[in-house]
Amino acid sequence: MTTTRVAVVEKILSANDRLAEENRARLDQHGVFGLNIMAAPGAGKTSTILRTITALAPQITIGVVEGDTAAVTIDADKVIAAGMPAVQINTGGECHLDAVMLSGALNELPLDQIDLLIVENVGNLICPAAFTLGTHANVLISSVAEGDDKPYKYPNIYRGINALIINKIDLLPYVEYNLDYFKRGVELLNPGVVTFPISCRTGEGVDEWTKWLLEKVTSD
Amino acid sequence: MHELSVTESILKIAMQHATQANAVRVTSLQLVIGQLSSIVDDSVQFYWDMLSEGTICEGAQLHFERRPARLKCLDCDQTYTLSGELTDCPNCHSARIKVVAGEEFYLDSIEVEAESALSDVRSS
Repeated sequence: MTTTRVAVVEKILSANDRLAEENRARLDQHGVFGLNIMAAPGAGKTSTILRTITALAPQITIGVVEGDTAAVTIDADKVIAAGMPAVQINTGGECHLDAVMLSGALNELPLDQIDLLIVENVGNLICPAAFTLGTHANVLISSVAEGDDKPYKYPNIYRGINALIINKIDLLPYVEYNLDYFKRGVELLNPGVVTFPISCRTGEGVDEWTKWLLEKVTSD
Repeated sequence: MHELSVTESILKIAMQHATQANAVRVTSLQLVIGQLSSIVDDSVQFYWDMLSEGTICEGAQLHFERRPARLKCLDCDQTYTLSGELTDCPNCHSARIKVVAGEEFYLDSIEVEAESALSDVRSS
């Protein structure tokens, strides 16, 4: 019997990354632009998705994958009521979606009819940042009600995003929130990331966001 | 975080490489974890003991090598090590910084006991 050292040098989440690449190829093949939406619980992920559907429905077809830790279809029901196909993923307590789960959901969607696939990740600012899904863009929603220190406390999620939505700006007069302090933190983590201050309640700023998104979808 | 699924991945990768090396037992694993990869060592060890039971990895020691986070200023090229809270460039105070190290999250190597059948044949 001999003891030997075997070099491995393999990324721990490499299996997930590989499957994410397969998801990406599949989306590309069907001409679907994939968008991963991440946020803390209650930041307004579903509200933003519904606003986005209302704004873009005349021009494109949007499919939605709803990730939830519990076996509830509250969010998926809202999307279906808005007239778009939706699939619910119940993670069974897991804190994030991963590429395997998304792969299963893709099987259930009419990909040929969809232009934009929105994936609503599990409400969490830590875990979704570590698991790639194969989507083309990552968007984070941060609501002003959560406080202005979130970039400093959850740096990883801010680093991997392509756009940032600041939701609930209609609450700014009522909460302790220093927008400059928040933006400084974001700038340290993700220099120059495009930012959309919006209010899903009043509709303020939603046009700028959906215009940016539509351009991404149609140019890809 | 999600230490259970992370530990499952570690076991899968270790088993695959151990099998390729004709190992009968895995004695240790060297993991490299950057400061920016949030993972709790104790929690991984806990799941490891549970998941590796009954496999050739049972009883293997997990070694965690922590790598500090290093940042580079995009304006003045200064590089610095992150200590505690995220800060702007200590040289020119620019906020345009880039992470150059600290995101490592991989299994570097494993130590295995293998049947030395090949060398026995050669020596006989």
